[in-house]
Amino acid sequence: MNGLKIDPALVESLLVNFLREEVGHTGFSKALLGVSGGVDSAVVAALAARAFGPQNVLGVMMPYRTSDPASEAHARVLIDALGIASRKVDISGMADGYLAPPKIEARMRRGNVMARCRMIVLYDLSVEWNGLVLGTSNKTEILLGYSTQWGDSASALNPIGDLYKDQIYQLARHLKVPAPILEKAPSADLFPGQTDEGELGFTYADADRLLYLMVDERMRESELVERGFAPDFVKKLAARIAATQFKRVPPIIAKLSHRTVNQDFRYLRDWGK
Amino acid sequence: MDCRVTLAQTNPTLGNLAANLRDHVERIRAAAAAGSQLIVFPELSLTGYFLKDQTVDLALRLDAKELSEFAQLSQSISILVGFVERSPDGRIYNTTAFFEDGRALAVHRKVHLVTYGMFDEQREFAAGDRFDPIESKLGRFGVLICEDAWHVSSGYLHFLNNVDALLVPSCSPGRGIGGGGADLQSRRSWNTLLEAHGRFFQTWVVYANRVGWEDGVVFSGGSRIVDPFGETVCALDGFDAGTLGGRLESNTLDRARVMTPLRRDAKPWILADGLKRGSGKGGGA
Repeated sequence: MNGLKIDPALVESLLVNFLREEVGHTGFSKALLGVSGGVDSAVVAALAARAFGPQNVLGVMMPYRTSDPASEAHARVLIDALGIASRKVDISGMADGYLAPPKIEARMRRGNVMARCRMIVLYDLSVEWNGLVLGTSNKTEILLGYSTQWGDSASALNPIGDLYKDQIYQLARHLKVPAPILEKAPSADLFPGQTDEGELGFTYADADRLLYLMVDERMRESELVERGFAPDFVKKLAARIAATQFKRVPPIIAKLSHRTVNQDFRYLRDWGK
Repeated sequence: MDCRVTLAQTNPTLGNLAANLRDHVERIRAAAAAGSQLIVFPELSLTGYFLKDQTVDLALRLDAKELSEFAQLSQSISILVGFVERSPDGRIYNTTAFFEDGRALAVHRKVHLVTYGMFDEQREFAAGDRFDPIESKLGRFGVLICEDAWHVSSGYLHFLNNVDALLVPSCSPGRGIGGGGADLQSRRSWNTLLEAHGRFFQTWVVYANRVGWEDGVVFSGGSRIVDPFGETVCALDGFDAGTLGGRLESNTLDRARVMTPLRRDAKPWILADGLKRGSGKGGGA
């Protein structure tokens, strides 16, 4: 069995239902998201358009002055194809207001600042739009911790966080995401020439196969090596998952009382809705 | 037995007893008006499922006023409803109550509390310790709450007690998309399990599962009636709330038991003897 293979029609119906009902629990019926021109936000936008109607979904393009113009062009193709509402907010001014002076050169710091500027824009627009911010992180990047904490990882709810990158593509084809988005190399577009696979040092195809067996099937290192994965690759990903756990949980709280939030004060978010 | 039954595939509001009670009453009245004699609600139908610290606040004594309405309504239709029970000795149970002819005729307290993976029931609930049949005017019923049905011994006890129908209220989360099947793996497992119960325990099986989402977890519906040949007679296969009506007939039970006389030929004393001689402790007999 190919554990990564999905029935995209089934997944679509579940996720449309998820968006409608979980957003509905909060009393909202509209949503917004950052539309990057990539496949993840394209899939979320397509699901949201089906869940709420295109007129109730706002796609926000947030280029920085060094962003690849193709990103915005692809975002526009998607927005037009879905018929959703759109806004463009250039974040160059707000980002540069902090980044220089003093001049911050380190790529990671600059990228994190851009991602967090985009988060600020989305959460602010959510008030004006009267909708919830949808997350666009997939399972592969969540497990690898390949995101900016409180930046692109921030959202009210995320329909695609339990789908590996390979499964995102299966769903994207089913949802008829425009071809240029499906065909280009995934990129965070935080600096010129960046690609996810170049930065990670391995391919999504390899990562997805390994993560699926390691996380979903709970295979041990010895079994994974028997299946042909390089021992170093297995160790590297296992270490990376553990090292980035802080990105997947709320901040820890020093326990002092008998009843501490998230320890022994335990309620669903849907509590009281 | 010959019984017209309604399955209520509901989507309870988490922790909102008043809203859920209203929904129950409407469905009960509609089912009774349509001529149904029995209505079966899902597990914890009055409260929702992932209650965590809400559990204790929602616990009801069997004589609570919230439940008295079911007693009254049961003058016209028998009712199986799920709720958090506070027993007279103060324990909290995941319970179903069977109301008939103006009173609570029987309760079943979930025996096999799920505590693995996404589940944490043993943190919230005390476990029941028996599978007693319900002697209803409509027939003899055995209740299995969700995970109870995954332990074959539960159904086997009801089989030995010669029940006419297994009532299986459930809050089963849907999961398992891998492999590309057109239905969730968890739903396929349930269908196999329910049909096996019908076939091997030679009983009607009435499965009422809930729908809706709680914090990103979907409950996967699929409520159905399976006959004593193990065939699904009717089902709500979508993920939407709804009701399903069907008939449980004794003629069908008789035919199944004549065709394959598993009940006649059962040898439960071999099980009893094996247990007495030390089987079931993890080692050899």
